[in-house]
Amino acid sequence: MALLEVEDLHVSFNTADGVVKAVRGLTFSVDRGQTIGIVGESGSGKSVSTQTIMGLTAGARVSGEARFEGQNLLTMSDKELRSVRGAKVGMIFQDPLSSLHPYYKVGWQIVEMVRAHTNVSKAAAKNRAIDLLRLVGIPKPEARVDEYPHQFSGGMRQRAMIAMAMALNPILLIADEPTTALDVTVQAQVLDVMERLQQEFGTAIVMITHDMGVIADIADDVVVMYAGTAMEKAERRELFYHNHHPYTEGLLASIPQPGADRTKRLLPIHGTPPSLIQLPTGCPFHPRCPYAFDKCVAETPPLRSVHGRTDHESACWLPTDESERVAERTRVQAVLAAQSEIDTEVAKDLTEVTA
Amino acid sequence: MLRFLVRRVLLGVLVLFLVVTLVFALFYLYPSDVARTLAGRQATPETIALIQARLGLDQPIYVQYGRFLWGLLHGNLGYDYYHQVPVTTIIAAALPKTLSIALGASVIWLVLGVLNGVVSAVRPRSVADRTLTVFSLFFYSLPTFVLGLTLLYFLYFKLTLAGVTFFPPGGYVNLADDPGTWFRSLILPWLTLALVQAALYTRLTRGSLIDVLGEDYIRTARSKGLGEQRITYRHGLRSALTPIVTQFGIDLGVLVGGVVVTESVFGIDGLGFEAVRAINDQNSPVIIGVVIVAAAAVVVANIVVDLLYAVLDPRVRLN
Repeated sequence: MALLEVEDLHVSFNTADGVVKAVRGLTFSVDRGQTIGIVGESGSGKSVSTQTIMGLTAGARVSGEARFEGQNLLTMSDKELRSVRGAKVGMIFQDPLSSLHPYYKVGWQIVEMVRAHTNVSKAAAKNRAIDLLRLVGIPKPEARVDEYPHQFSGGMRQRAMIAMAMALNPILLIADEPTTALDVTVQAQVLDVMERLQQEFGTAIVMITHDMGVIADIADDVVVMYAGTAMEKAERRELFYHNHHPYTEGLLASIPQPGADRTKRLLPIHGTPPSLIQLPTGCPFHPRCPYAFDKCVAETPPLRSVHGRTDHESACWLPTDESERVAERTRVQAVLAAQSEIDTEVAKDLTEVTA
Repeated sequence: MLRFLVRRVLLGVLVLFLVVTLVFALFYLYPSDVARTLAGRQATPETIALIQARLGLDQPIYVQYGRFLWGLLHGNLGYDYYHQVPVTTIIAAALPKTLSIALGASVIWLVLGVLNGVVSAVRPRSVADRTLTVFSLFFYSLPTFVLGLTLLYFLYFKLTLAGVTFFPPGGYVNLADDPGTWFRSLILPWLTLALVQAALYTRLTRGSLIDVLGEDYIRTARSKGLGEQRITYRHGLRSALTPIVTQFGIDLGVLVGGVVVTESVFGIDGLGFEAVRAINDQNSPVIIGVVIVAAAAVVVANIVVDLLYAVLDPRVRLN
């Protein structure tokens, strides 16, 4: 039994415009000490799914299961859920400035967390807060503990958030885009702190991000989400080097590579993510997919094991055999290249004609 | 912080000075027939001139203004034209009454308004929220005198007819003389003012708290496994208080300057009551006196509000 097992999670919201299907049948699991990366564009449902698991989405219609240590979080009473939140599952969020309460001292906020779940004196809790701040690499923690969030730098705030989330040695840490609001140099520091704590305490991490670089840095397994559902699931190296789903391929092609040919342009994924109120028929990615064919429009592909591996699944109708899939890629890329050549020619002609 | 305070106080003094000057100009430029009224119908022009000289009204305006300011600096607001009572004495008698009404009512409306607002905000669009909204709008749209007279009708008139004489019909007893009667005589004026104001504070708290409860740090508080009570009050309401404190400062400041309608309905001769009487009598020194007290109350209330901001929000304190 894995530590956290999410099964067929559905989350939808009633809005004035219609029912927003934010998460549609998401299944994933994470083991103790492991890191799972959930990656996807804005609105792919990655934050909603984890927040729903922890009961932080008000007014949502939820179905499915989320078993944590074998107990379904989705059917727990408020009281039971409260004893899990913070104590067993720590959470950190995207923007550390708005996530910390502006009116209370950083130390006070950590002390509050400690004292909400354990019976310790204020002084002991404060000492714990100082230790935690030291642990996440905040200089002069004895003084910093009495400062307010706005007196911290962005990176320090996020480290303070991590210190707070880790205060009670939770067995699971849900990190919802923890590096998105930070400078690149600070991002690396924050990820280092998380990895260090994971090694020290054996915490499992659910890392939500839209940054493939973060995934490459920290994840053991990866779930690629699109339009509220998993498109591809694989171990990290497999995903980076032997990906199957065209959406994953698109995500990777849109990352700048150091040392790559600088005259070559980055390849964006054309189009925009679909409306979660009115989803396209068949595969939700088909309107943006260069490989799409008839079946993609007609039928929704289920997650299938691909490349002959049980730990690699992809929701795509393309051949599951890796060599066939690669052949298809070569063929489509040749077509795309030819097409872009024609486009440039046409554009050139057009400028000549207009000139 | 100290520099900020000094600056605010100096600014407040300047505001007071401008208000005083403006009011002085208004009443002294306006043709006054106080001397004629005082002298009576049969008075000769000589008598009137004599009275005018005695009141100092024959002096050029700048001399009158200079004398007035000089008096003001010495804490002397001049004398009532009709009874030669110092204006400060009149105010000293009226102010405690108005303060009793305003402060008592403000405590009631603040507690009532904020608590109702919290109930509404925690479950927006619930039955409780909708009921409170209807009540709020009902009382808010009710003129003070209607509410005051209605309360008097039922709680004094009807109740007394039924043999229960708990509420007096009006009037005022000093707190020091008889605290029990003081309290009883003020309950109806307090309710009259508080019910109308509480409605406003319910709406204000509701709106402010709903905004705050959508903040990221509230989600953080939930993710920490804190109880809903603690999240609502310690994390939510604390931040939602800022606009409420602002409104409260303004309201209280304005009320101290006179609760005209309520005082009239319940026959309490507070500042508002005195002001109305003075205006009818063209009793300028009293009018100016009341205006100065009212303006000072607003200025002081605003300074206190600014200080409270600093207490509430550490970001204000440190910048």
